[in-house]
Amino acid sequence: MLNKYPLWKNALIILMLLIGGIYAAPNLYPDDFAVQLSGSREVHVVNQPLLDQVKQALTAKQISFKSGELTAKGGLIRFSDGQTQLKAKEVISQTLGDNYVVALNLAPTTPDWLRSIGAGPMKLGLDLRGGVHFLLEVDMALAVAQRLDVYVSEIKTKLRTDKLRYRAVNHREDGSLELKFSNADVRDKAQSLLRKDYPEFLIESEDMDGAFYLTINLTESKVREIEDYAIKQNLTTLRNRVNELGVAEPLVQRQGRNRIVVQLPGIQDAAAAKRIIGKTANLEFRLEATTDASRAVTETYPFRNENRRPNKATLEKDIIISGSSVANAQSTFDETGQPQVSITLDSKGGQLMNRTTRNAVKRRMAVLFVEHKSRTLYETVDGEQVAKRIPYVEKKIISLATIQSVLGSSFRITGLDSATESSELALLLRAGALAAPIYFVEERTVGPSLGEQNIELGVTSVQIGFALVLLFMLVYYRVFGLLANIALTINLVLLMAVMSIMSATLTLPGIAGIVLTVGMAVDANVLIFSRIREELKNGLPPQSAISAGFDRAFTTIFDANITTLLASVILFSMGTGPVKGFAITLSVGIVTSMFTAIMVTRMLVNLTYGGRALKKLSI
Amino acid sequence: MTTAKIYNFMGLRKIAAGLSILLLLVSVASLAINGLKFGLDFTGGSLIEVGYQQEPNLNDIRGKLETAGYEDAVVQTFGSPVDILIRMGAAHDPKLGDQVLQTLQSGESQELTLRRNEYVGAQVGEELREQGGLGMLLALFMVMVYVAFRFQLKFSIGAVSALAHDVLIVLGFFSILKLDFDLTVLAALLAVIGYSLNDTIVVSDRIRENFRKLRKGTAIEIMNTSLSQTLGRTLVTSLTTLLVLVALAVFGGEMIHGFAVALLVGVCVGTYSSIYVAANVLVMLGICKEDLMPPEKAEDGEEVDEMP
Repeated sequence: MLNKYPLWKNALIILMLLIGGIYAAPNLYPDDFAVQLSGSREVHVVNQPLLDQVKQALTAKQISFKSGELTAKGGLIRFSDGQTQLKAKEVISQTLGDNYVVALNLAPTTPDWLRSIGAGPMKLGLDLRGGVHFLLEVDMALAVAQRLDVYVSEIKTKLRTDKLRYRAVNHREDGSLELKFSNADVRDKAQSLLRKDYPEFLIESEDMDGAFYLTINLTESKVREIEDYAIKQNLTTLRNRVNELGVAEPLVQRQGRNRIVVQLPGIQDAAAAKRIIGKTANLEFRLEATTDASRAVTETYPFRNENRRPNKATLEKDIIISGSSVANAQSTFDETGQPQVSITLDSKGGQLMNRTTRNAVKRRMAVLFVEHKSRTLYETVDGEQVAKRIPYVEKKIISLATIQSVLGSSFRITGLDSATESSELALLLRAGALAAPIYFVEERTVGPSLGEQNIELGVTSVQIGFALVLLFMLVYYRVFGLLANIALTINLVLLMAVMSIMSATLTLPGIAGIVLTVGMAVDANVLIFSRIREELKNGLPPQSAISAGFDRAFTTIFDANITTLLASVILFSMGTGPVKGFAITLSVGIVTSMFTAIMVTRMLVNLTYGGRALKKLSI
Repeated sequence: MTTAKIYNFMGLRKIAAGLSILLLLVSVASLAINGLKFGLDFTGGSLIEVGYQQEPNLNDIRGKLETAGYEDAVVQTFGSPVDILIRMGAAHDPKLGDQVLQTLQSGESQELTLRRNEYVGAQVGEELREQGGLGMLLALFMVMVYVAFRFQLKFSIGAVSALAHDVLIVLGFFSILKLDFDLTVLAALLAVIGYSLNDTIVVSDRIRENFRKLRKGTAIEIMNTSLSQTLGRTLVTSLTTLLVLVALAVFGGEMIHGFAVALLVGVCVGTYSSIYVAANVLVMLGICKEDLMPPEKAEDGEEVDEMP
């Protein structure tokens, strides 16, 4: 019983610790609070004179800053705390006016050599650091209008099956439906039929110019219901999208009747986030119209790639399927390295696609990209500038390709410009379309929701707790306790390293995971040490007792940790938001704590006691 | 070679079972009658934005709101140091904004303005709640399968009963004392599951070992031996964890308080349940040597033990 690790094993452990140390190091360099300057258009350049002007303005207001530098994307001014940063932002905005975008930012201070190997600090969550806040408005009028269109076709079918002849069913501008009949008797029959089947309708009858009308309005409660449904769908879609962005622990909640708040932790690439969040893109798959098709059943759309000749194509009005039938979408590359999106349809979509393409081999099918956009116009009303939004729908053809064979539920879309575009399109298709378009109405930064003081208290209390544990271990297990303490500290460093590499977001629940990990890492050592004590009591010589203690405790530690790991991995894959944050810290912590509590402690014990004759152990 | 003292843990098993059942009944009854006082994260509430002329101290604002009875208010700066965003669980009411404004205005020389007063929805949507619940059930099931595979079915019933016991009692505790149940408490509850599971497996592991090793003794005697042998470790581990938690509860500030309290209760109940729920269920299910004798060509499962 020599209790010595072979050299390679020691070397391997030390190598892992070194790598861990390096990747945890960026956390020693806290982010600077910074204000980022960039031109709102290309003509406005951030240059040295402008930076000097900003610096002068700050000095004049007695706002101290750490540094001001020019970067590739504009200018960056660093501050020592958040309060100064917020004050400075106002001053800078006033100084520079509307030609420049002044954005709050967190600038990393990671040294270049660390950054060059991909190391960076952990991100702090909304509760600990705050982040960007977007307020989005859902276009409710359109949500209701969409529902009314569905009613129109339902009503037509119903009247037809009941053989009630109508002249027209129209969807009026004011949000009501108008049914036109040429006969009062039929009109009255239709009225009683609709009244029976649609309690959510308010129906009025009217006679005008020899025609007989029914006017249908939705009840207030039905409108509310449609709105609630639209908001709910949008919340789900937004949550999916934000989760797809890989932002941990975002906040997505309803505000008021028709608005949604999205808060993202840290100040990440806010521009990219905005692009994904607000997009109401959808796809439509349609066949190209045959040359002899009548104008009434076709529509002409431009291509998205403007350089394409011809730049327009005429398509059938009938939609084969839309984006809502997409079950999965992945961004991939084809044989020639061009970006493409591989699509899998749900079973209903697959059937529809199959049925249509069966009779259309060698014809061409177009993928139409539908996007709700809005133009903002500024008008001056009563001396005040008011932003007015004009929504419009843009439909462009992404690809038009010949159907080579009958398509089923999986196929691909080519003709995309770049890999970024294909991955964004895949993300949007996966995360689902929004039930109604949304618009950004406000964008701000928010401070940490827990408050500075609470965070400080939290951190202090974790430190005190940790110190108490170290002290207890030292007193109770003496030399072995000291070794365990070293292992425990290494565990925290490794945990930080792994979290930083994964660029995970640390939040309060995450800290809970760390606390539990510390508990479990201590537990592993306690299990080993009490086993060694037991073996000593049973009369084993010290070296054998060490070896037996580690070996026997291993099964226990293994089972206990694997069981907990299993549970936390499931929580990670099923849970969202805070549950996920907790599960990720716990999972990583279990793995690192098993490594440190077993391997590292063993190595330390071996180095201290191994390979020599011992009379007693300090345990 | 002194043999460690064997405590007669199982002598108290009937009383303990009674106690557990009583605690469970009280918890379930309180959950059924009082329910849980869900925090802002789950229920949604009101959002109020207040404009100051000079930069206020956020802690003063929190203090004032708390004295006025808005204990769950979350106060954040909003874009600039003079714009303050307050979220609270109080149901939305058009008058709420003015009431909050009055509360904040008292003792303030500058004039405050109410910028907005709106309803906010829950942070945890319904579908997320369902998914989370489903995830927990699946996690419990997988744990059962793993324990049944590594140990034996009776052990897995014991472990899952102990988990359910702990979760229900912690929930009951929050329900009876009407403490706010928010996302941090949910995280703590998950941590309790992790801790309790860990503890139960450690104890079960020793019970399994002793059933295989000790030739003599009834099931109850073997239980007592195992629990006594692991008692030292159980106490040390609970103590170290409790040290951290007490530090969190005492020095951690109000935001972390609910979290620390949930874990404190959970760790105590979790330690107790490893002994008196998991082991007790084993006795009740009539665990015996035959259950644990490794099957023919037995040592397969042990291969993994040889790894350092």
